[in-house]
Amino acid sequence: MTEWIDTLMQGILLGGLYSLFATGLALSFGVMRMINIAHGDFAILAAFAAIAVVEPFGLNPFVVLLVVAPLMGLFGYLLQRTILNRTLGKDILPPLLVTFGFSIIIQNLLLVTFSADTRSLNVGELGTASIALGGDLAVGVLPLIIMLAAVAVLGALQWLFSATPLGRAFRAASDDAEAAQLMGIDNRHIYGLAMGIAMAVVAIAGVFLAIRANISPADGPARLLYAFEAVIIGGLGSLWGTLAGGMILGVAQAVGLKADPGWGILAGHLAFLAVLAVRPNGLFARTRDR
Amino acid sequence: MSENRSIDQGRRNTIKAIGGLTAGALLPAPWVHAANNTIKIGYVSPQTGPLAVFAEPDAFTLGEMKKALAGGIKVGGKTYAVEFVVKDSQSNSNRAADATSELILKDKVNIVVAGSTPATTNPVADQCELNGVPCVTNDTPWQPHFFGRGGDPKKGFEWTYHFFWGLEDVIGVFTSLWSQLPTNKAVGALFPNDSDGNAWGDPKLGFPPVLAQKGFKLVDKGRFQSPADDFSAYIAEFKKNNVEIVTGVLPPPDFANFWAQAGQQGFKPKIVTAAKATEFPAAVQSFGPRAEGLSVEVWWSPVHPFNSSLTGVSSAALAAAYTQATSRPWAMPLAFKHSLFEVAIDALKRAKDLEPESIRDAIRDTNLNTIVGPINFKKGPVPNVAKTPLVGGQWKKTAKGFELVVVENSLAPTVPVKDKLEAIKA
Repeated sequence: MTEWIDTLMQGILLGGLYSLFATGLALSFGVMRMINIAHGDFAILAAFAAIAVVEPFGLNPFVVLLVVAPLMGLFGYLLQRTILNRTLGKDILPPLLVTFGFSIIIQNLLLVTFSADTRSLNVGELGTASIALGGDLAVGVLPLIIMLAAVAVLGALQWLFSATPLGRAFRAASDDAEAAQLMGIDNRHIYGLAMGIAMAVVAIAGVFLAIRANISPADGPARLLYAFEAVIIGGLGSLWGTLAGGMILGVAQAVGLKADPGWGILAGHLAFLAVLAVRPNGLFARTRDR
Repeated sequence: MSENRSIDQGRRNTIKAIGGLTAGALLPAPWVHAANNTIKIGYVSPQTGPLAVFAEPDAFTLGEMKKALAGGIKVGGKTYAVEFVVKDSQSNSNRAADATSELILKDKVNIVVAGSTPATTNPVADQCELNGVPCVTNDTPWQPHFFGRGGDPKKGFEWTYHFFWGLEDVIGVFTSLWSQLPTNKAVGALFPNDSDGNAWGDPKLGFPPVLAQKGFKLVDKGRFQSPADDFSAYIAEFKKNNVEIVTGVLPPPDFANFWAQAGQQGFKPKIVTAAKATEFPAAVQSFGPRAEGLSVEVWWSPVHPFNSSLTGVSSAALAAAYTQATSRPWAMPLAFKHSLFEVAIDALKRAKDLEPESIRDAIRDTNLNTIVGPINFKKGPVPNVAKTPLVGGQWKKTAKGFELVVVENSLAPTVPVKDKLEAIKA
């Protein structure tokens, strides 16, 4: 019995990381209807940016995150305004192609700058610290922090979307871009802000990934798939749905792994397919289909 | 308008160039082209993508080679300049095959060398075998290379030669390493679902039969899909079976995940011997203080008592020169890159002319003491394969950071042992 509780718990905690990766994707998909193929690579980029600051100065990765996340946010805003906005339109292909190009460019830039070595952000004792829960159960402090960060980020975003004028503008631009423009909303600016927030969140995800394990320049694309699945399972436009999606994916993988290691990833994909078959719009979809 | 014209001019030049190339390609014998005083050595390497860490020493090694071969080499009484044509495999076996056929058909190289994992060596060697071009590869355990290409131990291959250690060596090193410490002999396995993981975990040719024979109990939950984010199922299984030794062949991110989760969930094995993940100093550094005590197979280190046949440089001096030039720590592929060119140049020097058959025969007769040890393709376990020595090492903390210290040499007594295996401090 405790083994199953342990499996569930580890899966749910893993879901925290997955939903951090998924949130940025959900934002750009939800607001701009843009699929960012380079999403995972941007996370790795942010993590390397953090490593570049942490290693020479010996700073705490969590402190560095406070600098890297806003910087990535600014970068995201500028990227959207200067390049990605030009790709948006009726055709969904240009943003796919452009971000695919970014994916290749980022990987190779990182390779040239940081070499192919695997790197990590070291948080010392905290990395392996755990809280004993009696019996044979223990929960890692770091996965718990990641989960709390995911909940905090999603809570903040939920508040932003539902209770602020900016959130209203996001929703308006998402529901009907043309009507929003008629109402005096500058879509280009709104899209820039959405991408800025998406990048800031993906920076958090990337830094946590580098703290949790280690990373190398080519690791980005592998992160994209789970993020996608978490978004689709949760449903477009629902932020808490993204968290649920990440957790469902994490638990499915953990349960699959427990049965047989070869089934771990497969179980995640099967859960994703099952949701697609039963509820094609995701479990908690709120965005209208255009 | 003027812009249009220049584009047009460019196109014309391109067409001319293509015409020239086609005319060149139509010449009957490929080596006639290269015969004008230059020998071309083609080199395929995963310079970008997930395997790029193996290619880090490329630029340094090629620089050293160009320096050493500045005066050219003598083949059949005539001096030739040596040119290197380098192609990136992008860590992709299809791309590696394409790059090789480009080297053969377009660049008309005299010999092809390649290294770093079956994803590079197998397609490169296959292309060379197909096109009848001499080829030397290394840095892939010989079974995945030889049998992975459908090699027949009775016949072997005609054009392609390979040198590295094999699964039997790594199994031998690991088991004798583990016998140094008193344990309950329960071994937990972390084998991913890839060519390495499947070969190591193979119930007939891999670890399981040898471990059973030597009295170890193997706890193998099965093959996981890499990259994996969660190892708690493995850890629970290991704890339940009271595992004291953990082994595997897994990429650094997977091992980092496992090792951090093991810490969080209070799993404390005495010995952890993980291939691949702990072979590279930079990766080990990234594990932080918990890297101390990890052990691994060692294919080359600065203490290996070998010298380069080409430059005379010792293992220690090569490692020092690399660190000085690149400010990076030494890594095992460094010497293997160097040795690839040693074997190629040695064969070229002994060839009676630049006909592919002559170069191939010279490779076949190789009997050379290289920086990775003696290489002789006639003494291998199967035709076309030579074995290099393998020992075991442990990462120990020194004033300068972590150092890989040789602690086991039962299979290669020429490599000196510096210390004993110690249990990982809890």
